[in-house]
Amino acid sequence: MMLAAGTPLKLSIAATLASLVLVLVVFELIRSRRLRERYALLWLLTGIVLVILSAWRGGLNTIASWLGVRGYPPAVLFAVGLLFVILVLLHYSTVISRLSDQNVILAQRLALLEAKLSDRSSQP
Amino acid sequence: MSAERRIAVVPAFNEERNIARVVGELGAFDPELDVVVISDGSIDRTAEAAAAAGAHVLRLPFNLGIGGAVQTGFQYAWEQGYDLVVRCDGDGQHIPAELPKVIAPVVAGEADIAVGSRFSGGDGYRSSASRRIGIRVLALVVSGIARQRVTDTTSGFQALNRRALELFAADYPHDYPEVEGMVMTIKHRLRLVEVPVQMREREHGQSSITALRSIYYMAKVLTALFVGLFRRNVVPLEDSGRRLDGGQPGAEVPALPAPERR
Repeated sequence: MMLAAGTPLKLSIAATLASLVLVLVVFELIRSRRLRERYALLWLLTGIVLVILSAWRGGLNTIASWLGVRGYPPAVLFAVGLLFVILVLLHYSTVISRLSDQNVILAQRLALLEAKLSDRSSQP
Repeated sequence: MSAERRIAVVPAFNEERNIARVVGELGAFDPELDVVVISDGSIDRTAEAAAAAGAHVLRLPFNLGIGGAVQTGFQYAWEQGYDLVVRCDGDGQHIPAELPKVIAPVVAGEADIAVGSRFSGGDGYRSSASRRIGIRVLALVVSGIARQRVTDTTSGFQALNRRALELFAADYPHDYPEVEGMVMTIKHRLRLVEVPVQMREREHGQSSITALRSIYYMAKVLTALFVGLFRRNVVPLEDSGRRLDGGQPGAEVPALPAPERR
């Protein structure tokens, strides 16, 4: 024990298990085609980073001391988790923006196509 | 077998400077070969140029990416009842004079899909170091999965029969379709062969893969390949279900199976 305030073992185990479950769930979602790889990569990265930080207690403590977190190293876990959640949300915002643009284009094309079809069928 | 109907599927994104020549060369090489150009949300005059050159044109309302564009062409070919499909890029990279080599194994019934490879013939095809390493790694990984030596996993110069067309019209990878498509082919127990061909360097425009994105590209492709191995098949395997078209060319064309969703 280098640091008086290290990461408690139980917390490390619990956090590792939780992160592993995240990775497995993401994997299963891709496998069953409910999640595209394109949108899963960031989730997989999140899960893997959290697994590493949770399981590798020395590493977590070291990073915490670099950052000047003296009292409670697992706080770094929360910070990293939060950072990734923000990244994923931001990514989703860009995806939603693109989807809504494309949706407008589709609706417009459909309206034009319908007009063309009904013009055609109304002529004898 | 002159009754076989053949079509070239040519995806093109902002290729107004190349597309007319590509369509013209395909037509000049084989007048029996129909051509469908998929303008993938192009903002230049790709679609007009292709239509003027005598191709059928499908205009996508926005950019779907290479996989989505090619699949649109496959769906067109499937619904129109074509027996043989050639996939060929819209940038002039693929040389129509090399077509017979790619088509031959499929016409002879030796393969369901034939892929033109730049590397298996040992003919000098230059590209950047990072791309060459990427190409090597992918070739190794795919060869391992396929238990069959492949050298060019990113080649878009391919010929398909109706069995392979059925699979790809129903389910085609979106982001990096050539690599994943090869693995899908193997997983569905279709016969794949590689044939050595020559390709041209790109003439105008930029390749969609830049050196900087290589690492991101590799991470994505390898993840996709790995997960793809475990994924459910959309089109049932030959021995586990009936064929959609009964294997009869000219039989009534059924609707495409919808991708499975849960």
